[in-house]
Amino acid sequence: MAAKPGFPEILAFGPTGYGDELLWGAAMSISIALLAYSLGLIIGIIGALCKLDGSPLTRGIMEGYTTLVRAVPELILILILYYAGTATLNQLLESAGYETVAINGFVAAVLVLGFVQGAYSTEVLRAAIQAIPVGQMEAAKAYGMSPWLIFRRITLPSMLPYAIPGLANLWLIVTKDTALIAVVGYTELALATRQAAGNTKMYFTFFMVAGLIYLIITLISQKGFAILEKRVRRGQRKLA
Amino acid sequence: MKLNRRLALAVAAATMLAGASSAAVADIKFGVAAEPYPPFSSKDASGKWVGWEIDLMDAVCAQMNEKCELVEVAWDGIIPALTSKQIDVIWSSMSITGERKQTIDFTNMYYNTPTVIIGAKTGDKDITPEHLKGKVMGAQVSTIHEKYVQKYYAPAGVEVKTYATQDEANNDLAAGRLDYVQADGSALDAFLKTEQGSACCELKGQVKDDPEVLGEGVGGGVRKDEAALKDKLNAAIAELAKSGKFEEITNKYPDLVGKMIVPK
Amino acid sequence: MNTSHIKFIIKSLVVGVLLLVAGGLLYWLFAASRWDWIAKYLPLLVKGLWLTLLLWVLSCILGMILAIPIGLVQVTGPRWLAAIAHGFCTVIRGTPLLLQLWLIYYGLGSLFPQIGMIYPEFKNDFTWLIRLDAFWYALLAFTLSFAGYEGEIMRGAFLGVPRGELEAARAFGMSPWKVLTRVWFPRAVRLVLPTLAGEVVLQLKATPLAMTVTVMDLAGVVRNRITQDTYIVYEPLMLLAVIYMCLTFLTVWIFSFIEKRVPQKR
Repeated sequence: MAAKPGFPEILAFGPTGYGDELLWGAAMSISIALLAYSLGLIIGIIGALCKLDGSPLTRGIMEGYTTLVRAVPELILILILYYAGTATLNQLLESAGYETVAINGFVAAVLVLGFVQGAYSTEVLRAAIQAIPVGQMEAAKAYGMSPWLIFRRITLPSMLPYAIPGLANLWLIVTKDTALIAVVGYTELALATRQAAGNTKMYFTFFMVAGLIYLIITLISQKGFAILEKRVRRGQRKLA
Repeated sequence: MKLNRRLALAVAAATMLAGASSAAVADIKFGVAAEPYPPFSSKDASGKWVGWEIDLMDAVCAQMNEKCELVEVAWDGIIPALTSKQIDVIWSSMSITGERKQTIDFTNMYYNTPTVIIGAKTGDKDITPEHLKGKVMGAQVSTIHEKYVQKYYAPAGVEVKTYATQDEANNDLAAGRLDYVQADGSALDAFLKTEQGSACCELKGQVKDDPEVLGEGVGGGVRKDEAALKDKLNAAIAELAKSGKFEEITNKYPDLVGKMIVPK
Repeated sequence: MNTSHIKFIIKSLVVGVLLLVAGGLLYWLFAASRWDWIAKYLPLLVKGLWLTLLLWVLSCILGMILAIPIGLVQVTGPRWLAAIAHGFCTVIRGTPLLLQLWLIYYGLGSLFPQIGMIYPEFKNDFTWLIRLDAFWYALLAFTLSFAGYEGEIMRGAFLGVPRGELEAARAFGMSPWKVLTRVWFPRAVRLVLPTLAGEVVLQLKATPLAMTVTVMDLAGVVRNRITQDTYIVYEPLMLLAVIYMCLTFLTVWIFSFIEKRVPQKR
């Protein structure tokens, strides 16, 4: 074996350093987070509308979903959904006469984290929609706007200021929750770091670097959400 | 109704994603534990999987004339991953034991190594169970080594700590949290050659053999209903043994030469 | 008419799928699932539950104790101390707990034997430090994490106490310490009480991470022992989910009980 590379060289790109592996892991983490977050938002919008306007049945289903998901640790949900979800899907496909599919770690991660995020976004969006003054909706209805137009013109723009802080928080949570995917063996940033640290035994170096990457993602996101919030709040009175 | 259309779109997108990843061609998926297990399987700094077992996998696939795909799986979920069809073969230094055979099938043995104990340099060379009373010993959970330690050492008053992966156990030995570790000889030999291992620890000796506990060597795990795949793998292993490919691979890893038994 | 038709079809479809899922789950629970392992592993599970509870409650209490000064110095402390406290909160809240845990267990854990190698006397005097069980590393990580999140909340709470109350207290001639202990702190705690339940539940839900550093808590027993021994995957995980759910609801219930007991005048 050649001489062992030291601190800065070990993070180099290329075959001798782990820089490219970590960056690739970070890219994976961010993509998982982005897709899971979007999926969560879609579920959240549907869930919030169901909870507010749905029949007792749909409301009951949504209530059960949000309560259950928020009461069980994410790690355990991920383990259950990762193994049970894929096994059930394949059994269904098989009994229906189709080829089984292998769901790779990436897709499973997106689906599972999206499912978990959906429960939280449902609550955030529901609270935000409820915070809209009733008069605004009534006025819109009185003007004869269609439900879709009301959603686009009234509900969406006036709920965003209330929803953005909660949604920003959820984004920060999902970026950090992607680290949990390491436990089912998919190489995102956390597992890439652990593999590199385990191989080189340079635990401090690698965990610090990975921490720094997560921190940068967080800080940039915070800045972005602050700008976004300022934008959707334009025209509103400043908070005291 | 817009909402429903959106929902349908989302579902369609999700299925497309799942479909795209499921690789239409029927590659054989070899599941390898994501945790490093040098010199058999580990990821090098360029992100490539390397090691004796990886080389053998390539040779077996070439012999079978099949396309293979290496899939990383967490060790503690590797059997569920096989049974839930995320992988087709477990190729991760899994010992063939009667207990595992209740759940999955194995190919013929493709390597076997002696079982050894290593420990801190300050410790004794005498590794009889009676002598190690009061010491702390580590082994990977639910492996043949843990079974052995629980059978022979635990009753003699040795404290047994179990680990999800061998890497964690080695790490705790180096960190001084353990006095001894029992595991597969060649894997521990590789650990002793590392900077971390050579600084702290040394080989203490081989344990007394007990085939009932220590099993019949390492084999590839396959699902029970897939005899065809098993036969194919067995044929390839036998063919490679005949052509001397095993020796050729082993010679690439000088640390392993003379330390392991391969099929003849 | 058309929309109501479609609505009815969708509704019956949803109900049908849900019934199918429920039926499948019930069939699995009563006919296909295996629970024979519980008897054998019960003592281990109880021990694991005890470790989980210990880890959770201790880290919450210790974290809260740390969080009070962290929140306070950010409001009144000298600038450099406030900056350190703020930086601590940012780092803790900006990185995954899993990573913090690994850094502490593997990083800090490998530091002690290295010191021991350089100074042999350290090795002899502090064997206990080297031998420290993973549980204590997990406790440290979880405590710091809770302190980081709660410190930020305490900062807001200290800021949220109306100025007038503090001025009134000072006007009565209270010493700064007395103002803190008699007025500022009790009022701030009342402000955080409603959010505390949520934070404590989040902390509970973080505890299974400890299994990744060899702690044999509830999740550790399930993943690193039962599943490894028996290859039964889903049933132990289900049990785990149910236990955590019960703990969550119990916590929420206890906190709402406490909240009712504490007068909430504004």
